[in-house]
Amino acid sequence: MDMAEKKNKEKFIEIRDLRFSYINDLEEPPVKTEVLKGVSLDICRGEFVAVLGHNGSGKSTLAKCINAINLPESGGVFVDGMDTLDENDLLPIRQRVGMVFQNPDNQIVATIVEEDVAFALENMCVEPAEIRRRVDDALRTVGMYEYRLHAPHKLSGGQKQRVAIAGIIAMRPECILLDEPTAMLDPHGRDEVMRTIKLLNSQGVTIVLITHYMEEAAQADRIVVIDSGEVVMDDVPRKIFSKVEKMKELGLDVPQVTELAWELKKAGYDISTEIIYEEECAERLAQLLKD
Amino acid sequence: MIKDITIGQYFPGSSVLHRMDSRIKIILTAVFIVMLFAAKDIAALAVGILFTLVTFLISKIPLKMMGKSLKPIIPLIIFTALLNLFFIRSGELLWQWRFIKITDQGIDTSVFMVIRIICLICGTSLLTYTTSPIDLTDAIERLLSPLKKIKVPVHELAMMMTIALRFIPTLIEETDKIMSAQKARGADMETGSLIQKAKAMVPILIPLFVASFRHAEELALAMECRCYHGGEGRTRMKQLKLSMIDLYGSLFTAAFLASVIAVNILMKK
Repeated sequence: MDMAEKKNKEKFIEIRDLRFSYINDLEEPPVKTEVLKGVSLDICRGEFVAVLGHNGSGKSTLAKCINAINLPESGGVFVDGMDTLDENDLLPIRQRVGMVFQNPDNQIVATIVEEDVAFALENMCVEPAEIRRRVDDALRTVGMYEYRLHAPHKLSGGQKQRVAIAGIIAMRPECILLDEPTAMLDPHGRDEVMRTIKLLNSQGVTIVLITHYMEEAAQADRIVVIDSGEVVMDDVPRKIFSKVEKMKELGLDVPQVTELAWELKKAGYDISTEIIYEEECAERLAQLLKD
Repeated sequence: MIKDITIGQYFPGSSVLHRMDSRIKIILTAVFIVMLFAAKDIAALAVGILFTLVTFLISKIPLKMMGKSLKPIIPLIIFTALLNLFFIRSGELLWQWRFIKITDQGIDTSVFMVIRIICLICGTSLLTYTTSPIDLTDAIERLLSPLKKIKVPVHELAMMMTIALRFIPTLIEETDKIMSAQKARGADMETGSLIQKAKAMVPILIPLFVASFRHAEELALAMECRCYHGGEGRTRMKQLKLSMIDLYGSLFTAAFLASVIAVNILMKK
């Protein structure tokens, strides 16, 4: 899907000139650190957006602003038309925008998998029979149904993270924010989680994925690059990664295949740097060898 | 090594006792304690022993497990027995050596007390053997819910218990990791005097505390993200429903309590 097509879609999250600072009042006088310096961003329904940025760029802070954990200092964040500053809309916003964190251990509340998935629904005062149905659905979606009676601490990292995701999708959110959900997982667990994310996106859930892995970002519809509290790039993955120099300047990487193409091009070979997947890279290389 | 710990002493199974409503089990355990203390003599206590035996057989808990829960209280049992044996002076004198006097009533009472304590421990541990900690917490929350009216934070207490139970394995795992890390840096935790050993724990406890605070902070955030706003109006997925088993269990226990009282009255005459 290209950008023009996306723009016709309905806006789901609107961020307008968002500013946010952390205040450390342990020091005298209190130290104010400006983290977000005027971010404007629109995210459409059903989009899969990856957010990149090096450590301390403000990407996690931005995510927490979307589901009203952090409130804007100035500017505004609107979810489905609701202002995050309006306290009455707090629960509806959090129900529509779920959030998954980096460490799965710190988001699981209950001692049994299915009880944990039910947690959000119990908070939302859903009827018991309906909770049961949604919990089973959510566990099936992430492929953890057989483990519903297990204790979370006996699961692997990837499984735990999928349980955490199930706990969010049981709320039937329209959007899921994932803050480096694969950072603490092994390659196998990363795969499991990425597959789940893509499956959810194919079912129409809007995904905002914060990640350090360029291969994961490459799978998104659109990449937003944040640097010291500002949006510096916002385009489809192919275009973003083809600007290898700029990415390196920002302290970010590009997928290995893109880097390979870039190095080849530098060495004088005729190859496009708009390559982000392994298969197409292999194809182009084969082509290059034939010529 | 410590990853496979079971929390509490729950012994999974599907016996009638396991399937019983945990609220009823707590109440019946209380009735059982009353039953044991209501028994005035050995005949009435025999009814209590029978009750303990029958429930034990129904629960299908291995005898070894029972032995495990009795083991830590053996000193207490011996202490009670000796205390009763030597300090009850009434009744017929059987044996005397200097100031130590043993009477027939002393022997009777100490045997009686020992049996009562053993029954008490066996009966009450059946509750924890057949009910998972989470069910227990749940049952306590529901049983205490009337106290909400007098502003007792029942939900918050139960939530704290649940989270504590949930984090025990996580913290144990972390302790394991920190210990390995400190050992790799040359920390010595096995040798030395007791004080030295206690001091060696400090470099383990400090990182553990720091980690717990971090867990707490993130967990609070994650709970907020999942619409947590206290116990007000919260629904529960698991509905505790009373079944026929609970009715039969209650009747069964009531019958035994009645027999204990009946035997008491009969023996008095």
